[in-house]
Amino acid sequence: MKVLVPVKRVLDYNVKVRVKSDQTGVDLANVKMAMNPFDEIAVEEAVRLKEKGTVTEIVAVSIGVAQCEAILRTALAMGADRGLLIETDQDLEPLAVAKVLKAVVAQENPDIVLMGKQAIDGDNNATGQMLSALLDWPQATFASKVEIAGSEALVTREVDGGLQTLGVQLPAVITTDLRLNEPRYASLPNIMKAKKKPLDTKALADYGVDAAARLTVVKVTEPAKRSAGIKVDSADALIANLKTAGVL
Amino acid sequence: MAVLVIADHDGAHLRDTTLKVITAAQKLSGDIDVLVYGEASAVAAQAAGAAGVRKVLTAESAELKADIAEAVSALIVSLAGGYDAIAIPATASGKNVAPRIAAALDVSIISDVIDVVAGDTFVHPIYAGNALETVKTADAKKVLTVRPTAFAPVAATGGSAAVEAVAVPAVTLKTRFVSDEKVVSDRPELGAAKVVVSGGRALGSADEFKAVLEPLADKLGAAVGASRAAVDAGYAPNDYQVGQTGKVVAPELYIAVGISGAIQHLAGMKDSKVIVAINKDPEAPIFQVADFGLVEDYKTAVPALLKALG
Ligand SMILES: Cc1cc2nc3c(=O)[nH]c(=O)nc-3n(C[C@H](O)[C@H](O)[C@H](O)COP(=O)(O)OP(=O)(O)OC[C@H]3O[C@@H](n4cnc5c(N)ncnc54)[C@H](O)[C@@H]3O)c2cc1C
Ligand SMILES: Cc1cc2nc3c(=O)[nH]c(=O)nc-3n(C[C@H](O)[C@H](O)[C@H](O)COP(=O)(O)OP(=O)(O)OC[C@H]3O[C@@H](n4cnc5c(N)ncnc54)[C@H](O)[C@@H]3O)c2cc1C
Repeated sequence: MKVLVPVKRVLDYNVKVRVKSDQTGVDLANVKMAMNPFDEIAVEEAVRLKEKGTVTEIVAVSIGVAQCEAILRTALAMGADRGLLIETDQDLEPLAVAKVLKAVVAQENPDIVLMGKQAIDGDNNATGQMLSALLDWPQATFASKVEIAGSEALVTREVDGGLQTLGVQLPAVITTDLRLNEPRYASLPNIMKAKKKPLDTKALADYGVDAAARLTVVKVTEPAKRSAGIKVDSADALIANLKTAGVL
Repeated sequence: MAVLVIADHDGAHLRDTTLKVITAAQKLSGDIDVLVYGEASAVAAQAAGAAGVRKVLTAESAELKADIAEAVSALIVSLAGGYDAIAIPATASGKNVAPRIAAALDVSIISDVIDVVAGDTFVHPIYAGNALETVKTADAKKVLTVRPTAFAPVAATGGSAAVEAVAVPAVTLKTRFVSDEKVVSDRPELGAAKVVVSGGRALGSADEFKAVLEPLADKLGAAVGASRAAVDAGYAPNDYQVGQTGKVVAPELYIAVGISGAIQHLAGMKDSKVIVAINKDPEAPIFQVADFGLVEDYKTAVPALLKALG
């Protein structure tokens, strides 16, 4: 069984986000970038399925600038077998990413596309669902547990009000939620080994996909700042203040 | 221009979120239809009574009731021809299905809309709410998820829309519903509560989380929330998580107990009207957004609070 894991290069989640003063976007110059945390969870899950003997090959794919190679190497160090970098300087919308991934699926024929539910930069929570629609595959989003039973994946999902378990016939798209697993840190020997694993680079144009933007950014602004209030010294003082504020 | 609003409900009650999405839709058009799918009959009558609704559409099937994305998406795509925009609440259910609908229609998705600037221009948060992006779409048909906390609800009564059942398209499903494990609670829902009491890693165990937060929540008629750390550690169910990748809430009063205030948590609660933080570390970042901070061990602070509330 083969798994395709799309991984996105994003601003590290610890970095403080700064909106550019000309309102054209977020300042990404000289800031630390990393693999989207949900995609680390997806890589980890694929590796665990491989360790169990369910999966035989894991291909990690990233669409973006040349520096995405670094996060593909991280995926390889965690245990993916092969990397694919589809290079572009364009900022792709989820629909375009899904179209490119559909073309990759046609070439790679995976049984599962395992990906993050959400990239922590765009926060769209969209690409997996879009890919699944384009492929006409079943989707199991927000997974907190994945079990493969023959040609079906049993997926427990984090939904409104609790959990839901679905059985999806493979091939399928599965997107990861936070509780699926705790990704491993790649060991130094594995980081060294990953340098020798195969990593192909293609150009976006090689896929002949219509990746044109549908959206134009009018502006990017900072949200209204909340300022710190006061410290109170007792529960009684707190209650008094809340009564004055009219919320009790 | 007509807008189809997808109702958020539990089979018996129409959620307030629906009324808020209608407000957002009104900024696009006066012709607003509401689709109630799943177990529709009781809820359809409530939707028909909401102010400003032109027509209520209902669709029922076992797959729709189980909220299977392929079935829901096929239904909404079958209705899309009659609308210029489809507005879906940005709940887990809505986020599951909206992008699938958009891709099927070959249009972009606009996620988590917090303001409608014009018929084709929308504001939505990115980077955990640290930046607000205004985007203009070139797509003729718009598929949006709407963040309910950003809009006031329309009146729940006063309307008298007609209710009409629509055909449910046949789809060969490759998905099977296995089971549900829903958290049952008598408390108000997190997304709709006027007061939210949230606990963090400091609580240390599921028993402590309950023992400390529930009496306070009971006294205040509050919903209970949690940080990711508390959910990951199993102190609280997943559905309680407030934040960038959990639920977004904006109650009148948000009380954070033993939560440090990581940006991912703030993304889910910083639009609350009044924020209270109880934390023993005076340097905790939560104090930077709190209106009232109490620097104290929760073990003494929460009982004192209960006592003071009488
Ligand atoms: C007009 C415009 C302006 C933009 N400006 C900026 C900007 O200033 N800065 C910036 O960083 N981004 C920018 N973007 C990109 C945008 O913020 C999103 O990153 C993009 O739309 C993808 O959405 P998402 O990452 O939220 O996807 P989601 O749907 O949240 O991602 C879900 C999953 O899809 C997969 N995935 C997504 N993208 C890729 C990829 N490229 N390669 C491999 N897997 C992937 C991953 O598995 C990920 O976990 C812009 C986009 C547009 C359209
Ligand atoms: C991809 C990604 C997504 C995420 N999404 C979310 C999200 O949606 N929501 C979310 O909440 N987090 C999210 N996080 C996690 C976030 O970064 C923080 O790790 C998390 O919010 C920390 O939870 P906490 O405040 O409970 O724990 P901690 O940061 O450990 O804070 C505990 C606090 O309790 C205080 N404390 C300890 N003992 C006591 C005591 N006896 N009395 C009073 N105070 C005490 C401490 O001073 C400390 O400030 C996400 C992270 C990532 C990487």
